[in-house]
Amino acid sequence: MLRDMMANFELYQPTAIDHALNLMNRYGDDGWVLAGGQDSFDWFKDRAKKPKAVIDINGIDDLHGIRETADGIEIGALTTLTEIETSALIKEKYGVLADAARHVASPQIRNAGTIGGNVCQDTRCWYYRYGLDCYRAGGNTCYADTPEGIDREHCLFGADRCIAVSPSDTAPALVALDARMIVVNGDGEKEVQAEDFFIGPDVDIMRMTILQPGDLLKSIVIPNTWAGARFYFEKVAERNTWDFALVNIASAMKVDNNAIADIRLACGGVACVPMRLTVVEEVVKGSSPNGASADLAASAASRGATPLNYNGFKIPLMESLVKRAIRES
Amino acid sequence: MAYQLIGKDFTPPDVAAKVTGKAKYAEDFRAEGMVFCRLLLSTMPHARVRNIDVSEAMKMQGVLGILTADDVPALRAPNDPILTNNPHYVGDPILAVAALDEQTAQDAIDKIAIDYDPLPFTLDPLESLYPGGTNAREEGNVRNRRSGSETIKWTAGDFVEKDVCPTGKPATEWSYGEVDQGFENAKLIVDESFVTANNPHHSMEPRSCMALWQNGKCFVYGATQSQSRTARDLARLLKIELGDLVYIAEHCGGGFGSKGTAYPVMAIPPLMSKKVGRPVMMRISRAEEYFIGVARHGFQGRIRIGFLGNGRISALDMYVIQENGAYRGGGDWTAAGDAVSLVYTPEAMRFRGIPVYTNTPIRGAQRGPGQNQIACVVEPLLDKAAEELGIDQLAIRRINAPDNDSKYGRRQGPVTSVYMREALDKGGETFDWAGKRQKSRQRKGSKVIGVGVGQAYHSAGSSKFDGLVRLTPEGKLHIHSGVGNLGTFSHTATSRVAAEVLTCKWENCVIERGDSRRHLPWNHAQWGSNTSFTMTRTNYVAAMDAKNKLLEIAAMDLGGSPDDYDLADERVVHKTDKSKSMGFADAAKRAIELGGKYDGHEAPEDIHDMTKTSVAALAGTGLIGVAKDNLKHEGVVPAMAVGFIEIELDLETGKYEILDYVGVAECGTVLHPQGLETQIKGGAVMGFGLAALERYVYDPQNGLPANMGLYQCKPPSYLDVPSEMKTEVVDIADPQNPVGAKGIGEPVQGCAAAALLCAISDALGGHYFNRMPVTTDHIVNAAAGREQSYKALQVNTV
Repeated sequence: MLRDMMANFELYQPTAIDHALNLMNRYGDDGWVLAGGQDSFDWFKDRAKKPKAVIDINGIDDLHGIRETADGIEIGALTTLTEIETSALIKEKYGVLADAARHVASPQIRNAGTIGGNVCQDTRCWYYRYGLDCYRAGGNTCYADTPEGIDREHCLFGADRCIAVSPSDTAPALVALDARMIVVNGDGEKEVQAEDFFIGPDVDIMRMTILQPGDLLKSIVIPNTWAGARFYFEKVAERNTWDFALVNIASAMKVDNNAIADIRLACGGVACVPMRLTVVEEVVKGSSPNGASADLAASAASRGATPLNYNGFKIPLMESLVKRAIRES
Repeated sequence: MAYQLIGKDFTPPDVAAKVTGKAKYAEDFRAEGMVFCRLLLSTMPHARVRNIDVSEAMKMQGVLGILTADDVPALRAPNDPILTNNPHYVGDPILAVAALDEQTAQDAIDKIAIDYDPLPFTLDPLESLYPGGTNAREEGNVRNRRSGSETIKWTAGDFVEKDVCPTGKPATEWSYGEVDQGFENAKLIVDESFVTANNPHHSMEPRSCMALWQNGKCFVYGATQSQSRTARDLARLLKIELGDLVYIAEHCGGGFGSKGTAYPVMAIPPLMSKKVGRPVMMRISRAEEYFIGVARHGFQGRIRIGFLGNGRISALDMYVIQENGAYRGGGDWTAAGDAVSLVYTPEAMRFRGIPVYTNTPIRGAQRGPGQNQIACVVEPLLDKAAEELGIDQLAIRRINAPDNDSKYGRRQGPVTSVYMREALDKGGETFDWAGKRQKSRQRKGSKVIGVGVGQAYHSAGSSKFDGLVRLTPEGKLHIHSGVGNLGTFSHTATSRVAAEVLTCKWENCVIERGDSRRHLPWNHAQWGSNTSFTMTRTNYVAAMDAKNKLLEIAAMDLGGSPDDYDLADERVVHKTDKSKSMGFADAAKRAIELGGKYDGHEAPEDIHDMTKTSVAALAGTGLIGVAKDNLKHEGVVPAMAVGFIEIELDLETGKYEILDYVGVAECGTVLHPQGLETQIKGGAVMGFGLAALERYVYDPQNGLPANMGLYQCKPPSYLDVPSEMKTEVVDIADPQNPVGAKGIGEPVQGCAAAALLCAISDALGGHYFNRMPVTTDHIVNAAAGREQSYKALQVNTV
């Protein structure tokens, strides 16, 4: 039951990463890291999540901005989606990420929303958002995966008690770009492949990423591997602004002598994680990026999809987007 | 006729406040000592409240009081209650808590323990009609206009035809003409079952309300479309004298029919204020607005249409099962039947229908209630028939179009004026129908062109209300308007008639509105597209009364008879001897000296008590023009609209772009060109949402809603609609309005919705969904040749 009225919490506004980590350590599960707030405030207003302490990291300068490195670029977790969408550097080298950022929500939300928040955001399963005691909320049932569950937006792949999907538009782009996520905690810093950063219910049903209490996503590193490749991003949502993807696709492709030399593809909205389509990659490598290989790629993409009550349309939709990624990159 | 003001653009007096943010909506008002209240809403779809434990809440600092159903007037079922111990849907308000601030009120609500006794619930009218099916209300499953509720169950035999809407015993039935004969004569019979969705109104401004008591009077700052009608109904709800209520509603952030007059929860702040002795503000949140903010009725149904070889409809037989929500609801189902009788003029017709309760939120009128849903059902079927008969889609509409001799509804009564063919022709020309049809279904890559035309109707006018104007000794014309401010500026557009009659310069006119302390007349609610017709009549009769008094005063003072004089440029002037004249300021002074009827010390007998009170309050302040609208009014006043659309649909993604839209209004004389253009375009935007985006989704196992938020409900965004749309008007005066005006607000949505559905079906090569909305997933499935995931006649899935 939505309440639209935030409960009280302690608000901390650290200005250094160490301070934030201390606070996160101190509060553990009762702490909540606040970036752009676009996901957080929904939870707070509905009182579905009631943290004791909110740690607002917006004052930490080290978490902001895009910088070029020897091997690519590093994007601070607090960089806004608008900054990513409009960055000349990102547009030039990693157009697929700028394109994905441009398709997130609305201009107002992109002005406030951050890349870190976009990849760490929780699923939009409406039952879970309603505040029900489902598996993901620590309960022992799934309301969506039932004979009459309203599961139009739910998954085709990787169902495991929970059938929620990853809502992020930038996540598939980061997986396609082979990005690495830089995570800091009290013990220091570690790097995780974007592909491994996102986790399904089979790994942990109550989390969407590997981040544990005490872990902070510091930045995202994109290697030069795919800089300037042929990119494709497309999002299909009911509305053309302020909507989550029914299905989205991001791909990076290298073509040599009219043959696909290398390719990475990731699809959102079909699984709990931005799903890398490794089989499709294998199927099309060495082929010409034409209609025939696109059709083959499409049928490979949807193999193993298990439609639910209302989401069967995602199969042809996913196939179409894979086709277009191959055909129109 | 050449007018000085009618048909010309103007700057509405409330527009600057709106664009600068100075406009005060209900939520913006404050009062000394004001506190807040919040609602506790039912978490169960149907239950009885066994016990409410408020002990923990009342111990909290800052909590001032609690209202439960036991503390407020009970309204006769099935009217929606103010508060209830018998919730009928998830979100039904059970109690209200007042506290120093909203957070404390919510904290207190979280500490209140409600002991529910759950009752069976249903979300599907057809399931409720099946033998042994659940009743959403204990006293019955069907709304009955006379006694409240009754139980009607159909036979299992009614349900045997697979995927066809059953048509068992109706709650009402009517027919005209020889229906069976009409079907026998038909060359083609289209017979389809259909589903149209419910739609929450989701008004931009939630229905917040503030109230306080002072010297025995209750002051209420509300969010409503209407003024005088709201005040009367709210006084009744609060069981106080109308004179003891001060009602303030200057602006309204959208109502779409849901804020037509006083609504039960509006009584909570005044009652709470009385209880705690402080001004009380109740701010309604977006989720609460979903629950208590009313929704459009969805339909399940079946329609059979018989066509002669030339496309003329020889017979039509329709059955509408209205999803009624858990309470009284509105008359969409019967309105749908009436609309079909006029828009398509079938030679013979039978209508049957039944409103069935479900355990879902309150239903009520939403823009084109009944008419717009049925436009979305019938218009695509006209295309289907046209294609089978080899007739052009515009031509089949022309041949069935109504005109001035057409009849309306079950009684086959007259209309004041209809120029539907003219509207079809005008729009067809601007749109280049013939050229566009050539492009229909042309394919380019994965994209294909779809073209459509849609029509819609709503009755658009009423009568017998009062007009009140006042000329002051300063020479200003005050036009008192009690209609309200839905947001369309029609309060002002219709007031200009008084200025026109009295030859006043617009800058010398003042609109008095938005606050009952401004002494307003009894006017109709601002609903049902009626304002343009109804209020031009009241302002006309009031201005004519003022004019007559001006002529009489001139004759008295300057000699001759009143007939010797006329008005010109804010003066009374002798028709032949121009040296004899008197300015309005002087005439107003004379009116005050004369007293009696001239300055409001006497008022006509037949005006409403509310108007009499206002006239008495204004007496002695100027020349008063006041009268009841007794002008001729016979028959229904039809507002008609036509929309033409061209889309490009991507068969791979189910997405489409609207390439062109032309909206045509048939609303008599145009009062305010800019306002009308905005109505046509805004209606189209809302229509695109109705057709293909907005939804009503419930989990049938738990009775839970899935679309309380705007992002879930999906009204169209600025990127979902064309940045430019064209508008056209027929502009032929209605004979029963002094300036020829009729309303238009509602059908401009329905025609756009129907046109878009037609275009989608056209792009898909003539695939008809018999549903609305048609959403991306439906289009993807249809384009891919996949079976749809919804079952036939299933409701509340999208």
